[in-house]
Order: sequence, then structure tokens, then C-alpha cells
Amino acid sequence: MKKWLGISLTLAAVLSALLAPWLAPHDPLRTEFSESLKPPGAAGHPLGTDQLGRDLLARLLFGARLALFIGGCTVVVTAVVGGLLGLVAGFVERWPSTVLMRIVDVQLSFPFILLAMTINAIVGLGLRNIILSLSAAGWVVYARVVRGEVLSVKQRDYVQAAAALGMGRVRLMFRHVLPNVAPSIIVVASLQFSSFIVAEAAISFLGFGVQPPTPAWGSMLSESRDFLYVAWWLAAFPGAALALTALGVNLLGDWLRDTLDPKLRV
Amino acid sequence: MRAYVVSRLAQTALVVFLSLTAVFFMVRLSGDPVLLFMPMDIQAKDVNEFRQRLGFNDPLPLQYARFVGGALRGDFGESLRYRRDALGLVLERLPATLLLAGTSLLLTVVVAVPLGVVSAVRRDSVLDHVGTISTVLGQATPGFWLGLLLIYLFSVQLRWLPTGGMGSLAHLVMPSIVLAAFYSARIARLTRSAVLEALGEDYVLTARAKGLGEGRVIGKHTLRNSAIPIVTLAGLEAGQVLGGAVITETIFAWPGLGRLTVQALLNRDFPVVLAAVFFISLMYTLVNLAVDLLYGWLDPRVRLQ
Repeated sequence: MKKWLGISLTLAAVLSALLAPWLAPHDPLRTEFSESLKPPGAAGHPLGTDQLGRDLLARLLFGARLALFIGGCTVVVTAVVGGLLGLVAGFVERWPSTVLMRIVDVQLSFPFILLAMTINAIVGLGLRNIILSLSAAGWVVYARVVRGEVLSVKQRDYVQAAAALGMGRVRLMFRHVLPNVAPSIIVVASLQFSSFIVAEAAISFLGFGVQPPTPAWGSMLSESRDFLYVAWWLAAFPGAALALTALGVNLLGDWLRDTLDPKLRV
Repeated sequence: MRAYVVSRLAQTALVVFLSLTAVFFMVRLSGDPVLLFMPMDIQAKDVNEFRQRLGFNDPLPLQYARFVGGALRGDFGESLRYRRDALGLVLERLPATLLLAGTSLLLTVVVAVPLGVVSAVRRDSVLDHVGTISTVLGQATPGFWLGLLLIYLFSVQLRWLPTGGMGSLAHLVMPSIVLAAFYSARIARLTRSAVLEALGEDYVLTARAKGLGEGRVIGKHTLRNSAIPIVTLAGLEAGQVLGGAVITETIFAWPGLGRLTVQALLNRDFPVVLAAVFFISLMYTLVNLAVDLLYGWLDPRVRLQ
């Protein structure tokens, strides 16, 4: 149940993102004032239009593309950076790792969304910078989980045996330790993915991150506030798209954790 | 015990200091806040004079030293926008945030913990299934969307509650529900699994075997033993509530610390940003310390060192 709901919701989001240009009935940026604020079901606009007469369905589909792109890029960047740093920090127990883990502690002692938002306000707005800010705020989780795993994997007999046979440290790290911590990285990544998507929407909602007219779910919700009295659909659909995507990815992540690594607590 | 508290307080100070340092340098390296506050047609000479007056022309290490010196005395400088003491502004907004966060935490404890306990005790009942579905949905629903839906329902359609602002009890209802929703979902799920785990332990079997009533078995033997993970999460979440408050306060125009921080960031009002960062990281680390101290009280086997 969990598995299939997770897979189908995630698949729906991925397909919307990939096929957006073919599924969308209109250009998401084309404004048409004579068509503004049409309710769902209006001719040619299945989900209605916004205050500028832009087609809501088209904007939602392209919004999926943006949300998944940002979430995906951030997950890859944080997994690679945090994973490598955690790997090295677990492998080389000298002062640089201590310093690194202190930084992780300090960063974890700050609310994630606030940290990402502050970094974003400082580095500036736009697509590249929102990925950068989310990554800068999010890598620490991987570093901590991976380091913990490495510390235990490294004591196992097969690693000790390979080291005794004279295998070089770098080779040891990538051949024997990395494959054994990889499941944790995948599980953390899948659980982080939805929180990155929601965080991006929240940051764009607050006025940082992705800027209008780019169709991002967060900034669409933010704009909808001004039209709540006349156009409920502008608030209802982007939020539903966001919640269903987050739900699907979450369920998928839960299922992956139960399957790959039941002991892991994130 | 005392040594532990002292060392943890020292760590707290270090965390706060490092966060401030990081934000200070990111802010200074990110651009010129002065230009943003000047009229469009201003002369370069005047901009320079303004910078000189605020000390933005001095070398960075000197600016940093001045900032640390000021921060130690609780002086974060003057807000560029409001022309007032930045820390004073933050302190003025603090009670509103504490009221909102406190109400939400209370709501979470009153709703989520009993829900989790009942779901575990009546496992696989209708109530358990309804509880599970609503907690999964609650976790996936972003707070800012829930906020908009509530405003649409209770302010636009039913006209029962004000859309935003602060003043009466009615103003507090929607913001605290939104802020509580996400945390309640997680805490209800965790309570359910913690209680289920405790119910499987030998001491519960013993308690039942010696003929204790079900109420005492649950109330005395199960709840106390499942309290540790719940308190841990509640503590961690108490800190995250501060992050959630940023969004909730913005939706409902609640005049608290979170909204002040968002506005200061949007306006590049950096003295206020630094003062807010100072307060938020301080509160967050102190809450975590309080949670760790609670362990020792809940479970005497835990020895703090």
C-alpha cells in the first residue's frame, strides 16, 4: 500500500515534469487579460487561470519540472559533498575531522529552513542560488550519518583483512567501505528529497528563491494570497500538487528505508 | 552534574558565537546594504559619507572586532530601516513569538500524545487507522498551504476568524493550529511506536499478570517508559518550531520574531538579521540543553557527563 501509493504519486510527478511541454494546454508564461481569473472547467483551461490569464494547469506542470529539478540537484550535491566529507571524516580520525564534525554540530543547531533562507537572502535570488543555499544547509545530515556508518564498517573483518593485505587507503575507502555505506546514503537522500522540495516552496513563498514569473509552486501560492477572496483554485491546486508530491516521495523513502536499512534512524 | 551543565553552557556560547561569525562574514561579503537605502538620484559622495558614518569603509577585521565587541554588550547596532536599536526590536517581537510557539506546543502535547497513546493501545481499530492516515497527511501538508486553506475556510467563507494580525484570542487560533499541525503529526506517530514498543516489554506483562488494572498498566508502567523518545523529539521540534514560526507568522501577519527576520532579510537590514540570528540560535541550543537535562529526571539510568 505504502509502496504503491508512493511509487504512483512519485511517478505522476516525474511524468508531469518530463512531459510538461506536451501535456500543457498553453504556454505557462503567456498572459491573456481577457481570460483572467477563470474558474476550473472554463473552456480551454481545465484548472482555470490566474490574475494574468495564464493557464493554471500549464503552470502546475512546469512547476513540477522546477520543483523536481531543484530537489534533484540539491539531493545530488548534498549526497556527494556530505557523503564524501562523512566518508573521509570517518576514515581519517585526526583533527580535520573533529573540526568538520563540530561545524556539522553547529549547523544542526539551527532550524534548517531558517538557515537556507538566510543563506539565500545573502547569496541572492534565482535558480542556481536556491540550489546552492539548500545544499549549503542540507549536506550536514549526510556527513553525520555516513561518518557514523563508516566508523562501524571500518572495524569489520573484511575491511581489516583488506588493510592487512596491504590495500591502499584510498582504494580501501572506495572499494570496501563506500559500497557498504551506500544504502544509508540512498535512504537519507530519498528522505531528504521531499524536505528539499517543500523547503524550496517555502522559501519561494516567503519571497526569496525562485522569482515570478517563473512558475514555481511556492511563489504561485504566495501570489494566490491576494486573490483568496475571488479565486480559491489559485491556492488549492499548487498546494495540492506540492503536498501530493511530498507525500509520494516520503512514502517511497519510508519504504526504501524499511527495505534497505531497517535500523537506520534519520 | 554541575560540570556537565557548565560545559554544555560553554558549548552553547560557542555555537552562538560561530553562527554569528558565519552570518557576519556572509553578510559583509554579499554586497552593499547602503545602496539599497539610498534614493535613486543620490550622489556618490553622499553614499560614501553614509558608509563612512556606519563604518562600512573600515577594513573587514576591524568591522568584525567592533561587531564582536558590541555583541558582547548586547549591542548589534542600529536597524538601517527603523533607525532603532536592533536588539530592542528583536526583544519587542519576542513575546508574540513565544506566545504563538507556546500555544502550539501545548496544542501538540494535548492532541498528539493522547492520539498516539490511544492508537497504540487500540491498535488496528478504526481510530488507529484514521490517526495514521491523518498523521501521514499532516506530515506531507506544507504549513503555508494549510494556512491558506484555513484562511479560505474560516475567514473568507465562514467569516468566523480574522485573516491575520494579533490582538484577541480569535487571532491566535489559526496560526497556532498551523504551527502545531506538522509537529503534532510527527509526535503522534512517534508516540504510537514508542508506546507499542513499551507494551511489548516484560514489565508490562508482569504488571498485567499481578492483576493491575489496564489504566494503571498504561498510565504508570507504559507511559513513563515511552517518554524518552517523545521528549527527545518534542525538544528537537521545539527548536524547529522557531523555523516554522517564520512561515506561519508571515501568512498570518503575526508580529513576531520570525516575520521580523524575514522582513529584515528582504530589506537587507543586517543589524536586525544578526540580532535575530543571535536570539534564535541561543533559544534553540538552550531548549536542547533543557531536553538533555530532562532525560536524567525521566530515566534515572541516564547519567549525564
